Amino acid sequence: MERKLRILVAKPGLDGHDRGAKIIARALRDAGFEVIYTGLHQTPDMIVDAALQEDVDCVSLSILSGAHNYLFPEVIKQLKEKGMGDVTVIGGGIIPAEDIPELKKAGVKEIFLPGTDTRDVVKWINENVTPRKI
Amino acid sequence: MKERLPEFTTLSSRPIERLYTPSSLEGFDPGRDLGEPGEFPFTRGVYPNMYRGRLWTMRQFAGFGTAADTNERFHYLLKQGQTGLSTAFDFPTLMGLDSESPRARGEVGVCGVAIDSLRDMEVLFGGIPLGQVSTSMTINSPATVLFAMYLEVAVKQGVGLEKLNGTVQNDCLKDFIAQKTWIYPPDPAMRLSCDLIEYAETEVPKWHPVSISGYHIREAGSTAAQELAFTLRDGIEYVEQCVKRGMKVDSFAPKLSFFFNAHSDFFEEIAKYRAARRIWARTMKERFGATNPEAMRVKFHTQTAGCSLTAQQPMNNVVRTTLQALSGVLGGTQSLHTNSLDETLALPTEESVRIALRTQQIIAHESGVANTVDPFAGSYFVEKLTNDLEEESLEYFRKIDAMGGMLRAIETGYPQREIIDASFKYQRQVETKEKIIVGMNDFTVENEKPLETLRVSPEVEARQVKTTREAKAKRNEKAMKAALADLNAATKTAKNLIPFIRNAVREYATLGEIVDTMKEEFGVYKDPGHY
Repeated sequence: MERKLRILVAKPGLDGHDRGAKIIARALRDAGFEVIYTGLHQTPDMIVDAALQEDVDCVSLSILSGAHNYLFPEVIKQLKEKGMGDVTVIGGGIIPAEDIPELKKAGVKEIFLPGTDTRDVVKWINENVTPRKI
Repeated sequence: MKERLPEFTTLSSRPIERLYTPSSLEGFDPGRDLGEPGEFPFTRGVYPNMYRGRLWTMRQFAGFGTAADTNERFHYLLKQGQTGLSTAFDFPTLMGLDSESPRARGEVGVCGVAIDSLRDMEVLFGGIPLGQVSTSMTINSPATVLFAMYLEVAVKQGVGLEKLNGTVQNDCLKDFIAQKTWIYPPDPAMRLSCDLIEYAETEVPKWHPVSISGYHIREAGSTAAQELAFTLRDGIEYVEQCVKRGMKVDSFAPKLSFFFNAHSDFFEEIAKYRAARRIWARTMKERFGATNPEAMRVKFHTQTAGCSLTAQQPMNNVVRTTLQALSGVLGGTQSLHTNSLDETLALPTEESVRIALRTQQIIAHESGVANTVDPFAGSYFVEKLTNDLEEESLEYFRKIDAMGGMLRAIETGYPQREIIDASFKYQRQVETKEKIIVGMNDFTVENEKPLETLRVSPEVEARQVKTTREAKAKRNEKAMKAALADLNAATKTAKNLIPFIRNAVREYATLGEIVDTMKEEFGVYKDPGHY
């Protein structure tokens, strides 16, 4: 049997809007994933350290402060530098549609916008994330 | 009788009956429970004639980019007929960080205006006579510093502090519960909040030194009853702390102000505001022995619910905001911010802000609802909701009292957990379509055209960092350091810190420098990360 997927729900940036992150964390946990939640106000290196320590398969970033264009690519860059380039990174929050192509180019696999059904996130993860070989 | 739903409930899952009748109000005594408007227990409003005397203050929250950018928006809003200013600060400012901090990267001027030092505050209020406008500042953990900057701008304009009118949010408790732009741990955060309340009482007597806020609690996902209960229980905590300092309720409590959310369930919201006034009046009288009626009045600001807006079919948000604003007005608010239709996507454009302001003006001047006081009084339904919300709040008060008060309840994560549970329950109801959100989980359209939204230029960060470096190069370094050393020494005593912070601000010490100086003694708060 395959092991459970390990997912880091992370809150980069300075905004305190953690309602979405916490709902996602609970929904993913209820769907049977192993969930680690970082808490608020995380810098990219704090997130990457947590991803490394927890051996996660997926990092789910939530942000509503508008700083995604800097912070998301920075997390991906640092993951690669730490040899974790194969971790799937997804994101959600208040992200203007026109920013999505650039974020995907930077390596964010999927962006979930306001109004997303948590079951769609679960489905996406089940279809697109596999356990990393560690 | 066949009905279209198995159960009818409010947005907060309160069951609602088919019909309310006199028997719904058993024990209700209009003389005791309503009274006259402007009189104890103020259920019907804080003034005898309410909006017939003066309309509510139309106060749109604004801030983005640099101080100069926001100053321009302020002048625009005043020209459009807005009657008070309300400042939104960016996240680095809310967190007490300078724009050049590595943690501020990507955030400078994005969600509000960036303020690093007194220099920025001088520009922010340039050309605005502080003796004539009323200003609200949404700032909490570093509220003492921004307040000190505002006072120094007034001094430079030659305006006496006794003339200053406005509000600083300064509500650290709801920060731990919901808004989460915390810096210091709960006890020192409380000390700073109360230092400001104490200082303002004598030095800036017209100022509202705290805005005890339910807005963020609701946005974080609470029910209406939780918003009401946690906000007012936070209020009790501030009063207790101030009383412990030897302050007199009849003297400082009149300046306490409140801030509520206007969410989508029309009647429940109206009842919430009415219940707030009655609970607070009774609490101040019975629990704290207040005798001055002013000390028993809940005066509050209202903002429509940002979290109710949808990114899908955003024009519909104008309608949502209108209904929410109407509930705030029918509930007797003293001031109001109406959200703009594009706020789930970005900061609002000038056009969308104008529509939001016009919404209030239409309610005020066309709808006729401002012609009479508390028009829903005596409605079996609204009075029953008001009674029920009061009862639920008092139940929460008893629980939190038993935990040793709100500071201790926060440390155990109690209000935070109540809110997460409520928000998760609501999310499930939306996903199973038990609750319909028009345009989002029903009545959807394919291939919507994206709206034009406001973008804050990424150059703002570089410009802001440069301006602050220039301001720092011009200051008297020795005097600035001495002021910070004095502040540091004062943090180790029980002295009120505001005079020390004012001294540091006057020497152009930056927000980050002042906040860090206090961190040395106070430490920092870490998110327990419960979910």
